Amino acid sequence: MTVSDIEPDETVDSRGAACPGPLMDLIGALRNAEDGAVVRLLSDNEQSLTDVPEWAEEAGNELLETEELEDHYAFYVRKT
Amino acid sequence: MTEHVVILGGGTGGTVLANDLAHRLEAELDAGDVRITLVNDDPDHVYKPVWLYVPFGQREPADGRRPLSDLVDDAVDRRIDRVTEVDTDSRRLRTRDGDAIEYDYLALATGSALAPEEIPGLAESGHDYYSESGATALREELLSFTEGHLVLSVIGTPHMCPAAPLEFVFMADDWFRERGLREDVEITYTYPIQRVHGNPHIAEWARPLMDDRDIEVETFFNAEEVDPDARTVTAMEGTELDYDLLVAIPPHRGVDLVAESGLGDRGWVDVDKHTLEAEAADRVYALGDTADTGVPNAGSVAHYQAGVVGRRIASEVRGRPATATYDGKTLCFIETGMDAASYVEFDYENPPSPAPPSQKLHWSKLAYNEAYWLTARGLL
Repeated sequence: MTVSDIEPDETVDSRGAACPGPLMDLIGALRNAEDGAVVRLLSDNEQSLTDVPEWAEEAGNELLETEELEDHYAFYVRKT
Repeated sequence: MTEHVVILGGGTGGTVLANDLAHRLEAELDAGDVRITLVNDDPDHVYKPVWLYVPFGQREPADGRRPLSDLVDDAVDRRIDRVTEVDTDSRRLRTRDGDAIEYDYLALATGSALAPEEIPGLAESGHDYYSESGATALREELLSFTEGHLVLSVIGTPHMCPAAPLEFVFMADDWFRERGLREDVEITYTYPIQRVHGNPHIAEWARPLMDDRDIEVETFFNAEEVDPDARTVTAMEGTELDYDLLVAIPPHRGVDLVAESGLGDRGWVDVDKHTLEAEAADRVYALGDTADTGVPNAGSVAHYQAGVVGRRIASEVRGRPATATYDGKTLCFIETGMDAASYVEFDYENPPSPAPPSQKLHWSKLAYNEAYWLTARGLL
């Protein structure tokens, strides 16, 4: 799967937020999402590169892709 | 023409700002060039850090309440009302009673409210010490709690006073030990991310203390549902905990008018984290919990930000460029038991380095809680 194949149901823009803000924003979005929904998290915090995969694995959600863009990252997480 | 500065919220941020401006703009107020209005829906100012001590029978909620009329400079117009609409284009507010208030400068210091209803079962069976009613109800439970499983679950972040959950379990541990009950009371602390505090430096300091004191820890625990009958709390991650007494830090949110006026989500205003100016509107500032800066929702932050907003508004009223900026300064005492505390001070650039716990720092914290009333009056 490539990023262009993924159609997120919701985008959470956490750029500029200090740690652990981006992860908590993602958790908040997935808390309210339907099973199978995909949330795209935008973060410019390096810590998200470890926080997001660790939490996704712990919670049993699926990190579909991590996209490195010019000045931030985009994480695509499916609620399972 | 008279410039009208309106401050919404009479907590730490709003009260300190009102007094700061009354002092800073004394000449302009005397000349009738400036008017300052503080709008709050409660005639009292509430100092929330007192609530931590209420469940342990050490303070009363009344210790954290004083009339705004005793604290706010007489040059400030106090209005006991609730603003329900903010129109930043026409610079007009609408109150609950339908009155219109026009402003030239607006400061939003509307703070945090609890939203336990976001977690099914939490409002019915969870306790908290983040409200007057919660702290007194928890006191009734805690004072007679002699055995069983006490679970402290941090559910919502950001939440007020990020150190208070750690303080509560450290105090509870010590309090039960002093009374010879600790072997009969199991204490578990849960946190939403992979460490015990949002700030990694504070988490790294706190975790060994928790391990030494047999405080069980569950990380990556985002409570999803509480079952009051079975006395269980279940996390999104699949973990389930039994409890006899559940003390929760419920989800927080700000006031609805922030989102309704397009200034930010969940009651938190999107701001420039240095100037504290709202990103979506001119001549609008936010401070304290209301300002989404990423720093802790703490009284010290509101206090320091009030000084910055006060200087900026005073400059603008005088037609000068506003140059004051907020550097992220945060200061917290952290209770580590019933008679010891640590202390941290940090900002955007410099991380915290918790001081070794001592009785002196504990007494410093208690002394500051009394001296706070000077802070509220703009004197300290």
